[in-house]
Amino acid sequence: MTGGAPLTRAQAVMLDRFCPMHVVIGPTGHVIGCGPTLARIVAPRAVAGARFLELFELTRPRAVQDMATLRALDGARLRLRLRARPRYALKGQLSVLPPGDGDGGMMDGGAMDGGAMVVDLAFGMSVVEAVRDFGLSGGDFAVTDLATEMLYLLEAKTVAMEESRRLNRRLEDARHAAQEQAMTDTLTGLRNRRAFDALLARAVQAGDRFALLHLDLDFFKQVNDTHGHAAGDLVLRAAARRMLSVVRAHDVIARVGGDEFAVLLPGIDSAGTVSRVARRLIAALEEPVTDGAQCFRISASIGATLSRDRPGRTPAAILEGADRALYAAKAAGRGRHRLDAGQAAGPAARDAPGPAGTAEPGAAAQARAAVPHGPVATEAEGARVAQGVAMRSR
Amino acid sequence: MNGLINRAIECFARDSYGDPLWQEVTTALGIGERAFEPLMPCDPGVTARLVDGLATRLARAKADLLEDLGTYLVAQPRSEAVRRLLRFGGVDFAEFLESLEDLPDRARLAMAELDLPAIALHMQGAGVFRVEIAGADDAGLRFGPVLLGMLRAMADDYGALVLLEYRGRDAGREIIEVHLLDAAFADGRAFALAGGRAAP
Repeated sequence: MTGGAPLTRAQAVMLDRFCPMHVVIGPTGHVIGCGPTLARIVAPRAVAGARFLELFELTRPRAVQDMATLRALDGARLRLRLRARPRYALKGQLSVLPPGDGDGGMMDGGAMDGGAMVVDLAFGMSVVEAVRDFGLSGGDFAVTDLATEMLYLLEAKTVAMEESRRLNRRLEDARHAAQEQAMTDTLTGLRNRRAFDALLARAVQAGDRFALLHLDLDFFKQVNDTHGHAAGDLVLRAAARRMLSVVRAHDVIARVGGDEFAVLLPGIDSAGTVSRVARRLIAALEEPVTDGAQCFRISASIGATLSRDRPGRTPAAILEGADRALYAAKAAGRGRHRLDAGQAAGPAARDAPGPAGTAEPGAAAQARAAVPHGPVATEAEGARVAQGVAMRSR
Repeated sequence: MNGLINRAIECFARDSYGDPLWQEVTTALGIGERAFEPLMPCDPGVTARLVDGLATRLARAKADLLEDLGTYLVAQPRSEAVRRLLRFGGVDFAEFLESLEDLPDRARLAMAELDLPAIALHMQGAGVFRVEIAGADDAGLRFGPVLLGMLRAMADDYGALVLLEYRGRDAGREIIEVHLLDAAFADGRAFALAGGRAAP
C-alpha cells in the first residue's frame, strides 16, 4: 500500500475476511483495494487504479456522477451494477472513513475532501446466476453470509417442487382414470347411467335439440337363461359394438340397465331420421352373434322422443317419454320402434318414416304408418321384424 | 413418516436386488403403491415392516441393509439431489461433519415432514469424532446404520480417507466413531454450489 493508506494492515485483513466483496475508494475516487471475491469477478488488475464510478454504476440512488455526491451517501443502502457485467444486480452500503485512521497518519492535503470510503457489496437475488457464472464456492462468501443457505434452500425447494409436480401429474392421471371409470360400463365399455344422466342434463340445460332413444333388447333373457352368463356377456359386448358402428361418432350410447340402453342423438329433430336410426340399430342387433360354437339371436325394441316436441321438459320427463314409447313398442310386438308423440303436435306429423327405397338394407320396402290410438305413433316395418324374430326365437 | 423414505427404500431394493424380489416382498407384506408416494404421509410402521421383510428375504442383518441404503442414497446418480443437498453442509469433509448437527433442521427445511433424529458431534481428539444419534423412533427404526452408510459415501465424495465404526447403541442413542485420516486423500467428486438443478 502506498503512503496515506486509509486502512491499517490488520483492518485490511479483517475486511478481506468479513467482507470479501468490499471496495476501498481513495480520496481521489480511485479504487485502492478490494476483497478477494470481488477481485475474482472483476479481475484484480482491472480494479486497482480504476475510478470507482467508472467501474460501477449506481442504479439507486441515481445520478451519482461525482465523489462529493457519493460521499454524501454515507450509510445509505445502494443498488449498483458492474458496468462490465451489468447482468448482476448488487446491493451495498457505503461508509466514509474518518481521515487519518490508517497507519499512514493524516491524509496529505486530501483531508479537506474527507477521507477514503469503503463500499461493501453483495449479490442480491442475482446470487444464483453469479455463483454459477463465476464458479463461486462456499469459501468465497463470508462465514456469516447466508448465500450458501439460500442456494441450499433453493435447490431443496426445486427438488420438492419437481416431486410435487410429479405427484400432481400422477393424481391428475388417476383422477381422470377414476372419472372415466365412473362414467363407463365395465362390461361393454359404453357410457353408464351416471354419464348418460349428466350428458342429458347438460343437453337439456343448453336447450340443444336432440333425440333420445330408449332401447331394450328382446330375447336377451332367453340367451342368458339358456346359455349362461358368459354367452349373455358376449352378446352384450357384441350388441354394444354393433350399435356404435351404426351411429355417428358424437352420438352417445349408454348401458342403463342389464339389457337396456339409452341413445342420445345430438342435433336430430326429425322423426324420419330417428326412425332410420332406430331401424338401423335393430337391424344391427338382429345379426346373429356367435361364440364359435353356437349362434345367438336377439332383437330390440326402441322408444324414442324428440326434445323439440315439448320444449322445456325436464330430463326426467324426456326419459319418461322415451320409456312410454318403448312400452308401446314392446306392446306391439318385438323388434319395433315407436316415437313418443308428445302433446304439441299430432301423431300424423311425425309418423312418416324415411322414404322407401332410401331405407337401409333389410328395412321394409313399403313403409306405411299405421297411426294408433293415443300419443304413440307407429312406425313401419314392425310387423316384419317381429315376425322374423318370432321365427328365430323358436 | 413420509412416503419419501419408503420410496428411497424401494429405489434401493429395485436397483440392488431387482424388480421381481421387490414385488415379492411388498406383495407378501401387503403394502400397496400408496405407501411409496413421496410428499404423502405414511404410517411409520410400514417402513419398519418393509425393512424387516427385506432383511428376512435377503437373509441379511437389518443394520447391514440400512448401511447399504445410506451409501446408495449418496452414491447413486438417481438420488443425486441427496448428495448435492448434503454437500451444501461444508466445503470439506471436516466441515461437513460439523454440519451434521444441523442435518435434521436442514432436512426439515427441504421437506417439512422429514423428521430425522437429533445428531450431536463431539471432538475426541485430533481427527477423531464421535457422532451421537438420538434413539430409534416409535416403530423401532434406527437411523444410525443409514447415517454410517451416508458418511462412508460422503467421505468418498469429498475425497477424504476415513475410518468409520459403529460403536453400538443403547436405549437413548447410537454412536458412530469417525477417524479422519486424510481430508484430501483423493480428488473427490466435483461440486458446484449452483450446479445441477436436476432432480433424480
